[in-house]
Amino acid sequence: MPDDGGKPQSGPIWLDAAAKPFISIEGVTKRFGSFTAVDNVTLKVFKGELFALLGGSGCGKSTLLRMLAGFETPTEGKILIDGQDMAGIPPYERPVNMMFQSYALFPHMTVEKNIGYGLKHENMSDAERADRVKMLIDLVQLGQFAQRKPHQLSGGQRQRVALARALAKQPKLLLLDEPLGALDKKLREQTQFELMNIQDKVGITFIVVTHDQEEAMTLATRIAVMDKGVIRQTGTPTEIYEYPRTKFVADFIGSINQFEGEVKSSKKGFVTVSVPLTNTEMTVPHDRDLPEGSKVAVAVRPEKLTITRKAPAKGVNAVTGTVVDLGYFGKDSLYRIKLASGALVRVNHVNSKRAGEGERVAVWEDKVWLTFDPSSAILLAE
Amino acid sequence: MKRLSTFLVVMLCLGYAFFYIPILSMMFFSFNKSKLATVWGGFSFDPYVRLFKTNAVWDAAGLSLMIAVISATFATILGTMAGMALARFKRFPGRTAFSGLVTSPLIMPEVITGISLALLFIGIGYATGLMRGATTITIAHITFSMSYVAVIVQSRLASMDRSVEEAAMDLGSKPAQVLFDVTLPIIAPALVSGWLLAFTLSLDDVVITTFTNGPGSTTLPLYIFGQARLGVKPEMNALATIIVTLVGTGVAIAGILMHRAEQKRLRDERQAYAANK
Repeated sequence: MPDDGGKPQSGPIWLDAAAKPFISIEGVTKRFGSFTAVDNVTLKVFKGELFALLGGSGCGKSTLLRMLAGFETPTEGKILIDGQDMAGIPPYERPVNMMFQSYALFPHMTVEKNIGYGLKHENMSDAERADRVKMLIDLVQLGQFAQRKPHQLSGGQRQRVALARALAKQPKLLLLDEPLGALDKKLREQTQFELMNIQDKVGITFIVVTHDQEEAMTLATRIAVMDKGVIRQTGTPTEIYEYPRTKFVADFIGSINQFEGEVKSSKKGFVTVSVPLTNTEMTVPHDRDLPEGSKVAVAVRPEKLTITRKAPAKGVNAVTGTVVDLGYFGKDSLYRIKLASGALVRVNHVNSKRAGEGERVAVWEDKVWLTFDPSSAILLAE
Repeated sequence: MKRLSTFLVVMLCLGYAFFYIPILSMMFFSFNKSKLATVWGGFSFDPYVRLFKTNAVWDAAGLSLMIAVISATFATILGTMAGMALARFKRFPGRTAFSGLVTSPLIMPEVITGISLALLFIGIGYATGLMRGATTITIAHITFSMSYVAVIVQSRLASMDRSVEEAAMDLGSKPAQVLFDVTLPIIAPALVSGWLLAFTLSLDDVVITTFTNGPGSTTLPLYIFGQARLGVKPEMNALATIIVTLVGTGVAIAGILMHRAEQKRLRDERQAYAANK
């Protein structure tokens, strides 16, 4: 692997307008009969990125991945990998390898044969081939299982074989379809970090398809949130979580409370919204001016709400209600607060004090106030 | 263990009796000294000795085996191709007609297939001088047994995870190579059972063989059938006993081997999970 020499970059590559994208998906649409699986998607992925396509089932993320691998042909638009148009190039001639959701191991071959399968088409000596296979087996720590067949392996081991097999040909681009979907929680976390380690070591570009927002958040350099064949938002995990641009994205990533209202006034990056639901006004920062009366929603993550029993000072963003539900999860507690209007608000409260010591913040039937900092809220326009 | 009720035990015995008494009585009468099959004349190996001296039996058996091996092999190749076409190509012009033609021998009465094949071979005979005999029997057997293979292969392919083939293609193999590297090895058990079924069907076919055979091409079932029409002889009992013994032994060995393979598989799986902890 060539060394980048410590990466003296000034910022992330995707912010550099002059940077040449490694993968360029240009206006790609895929229709199956009358159903549009992928709808006019345009996307750029740069070298060395670990890019996640995130969305629910049927959102088109897997179809997009299969088009990159060459198993599906776009109905419209084109896909360029490393500057080369992929139209008409069959899967077996693309510089791309894929790790399948079902792992798709060859059941009649040993671990070693599975991993080495792709190398038989490479122009290399038997010794080199054996060396490469050995290196990969070591990389995924399957040394003692080299002669086993897939049915003699556990789920986690199979998944590692699939990964090693996909890496064998040293592809420029590795596609992973729900790589951790079949693993239990402990194993998932462990493999997630392994995957990031491997990506650091081999330095190729990864595109991961997943429906699991946590997986996308921990793994990816950038995430594209997909819904109904359309990319709703692209950004770093932080951007997607902290600055979702639409209600769908805000709802899909984590949970969020939304207070619908109308813009009352707008100045100097701050917008005042009157919220009829709570009969209050809220002030929220926003980067563009919105005309008075436009319909918006003020959205606040549950962990960014503070719960108190005292009425806040005037001018602070606040709502009031009664506690109807209280769930204790150890590190934090989840409160559900019913507002006068009947709407429910979720609040996460970090249990910084040990339970049982001192007084609880609030219990059932308590009347409480929820406050939030203007900078913690997001304004979602229609 | 729970004790079975008397009723269940009686029904079980009746069931076994229904299946096995005919075979056991046939085996018993194969050691009959009398030349009449149904009259007991004392214990003797005479029927076996006479059977081994009858050349016609061994000629017929040899012919039957040859036809069965050749037709099963061709039926497996053609049936696999037909099954793949049906499983993998959901839309092509004439697919419905093709699918109907492939499966028609399964539902068509054998006499009808037999008559139509006989007419075809007579026609071909006029045109080319092809004599009816072992060749026409083999072709006829291929025709109906490939349907069975096609159905077996089609259903196996339908339940096969296609992503395995896609993975092979993704790793650089062209479609033809994927077929030989991945698809055929994975569906090998279906091919073996298809071949065995075709072999068995060919080996005991009477009706279609009757319509398509010619002079000098008597298969074993035709020979036995011909002999039986003259009254069942102890030699035929002896021949049947030999066949039953061979088949029974084969089935028993296969059962033991499969049981062992299953045990090994379970052991391996347990090992894999133990090692993973």
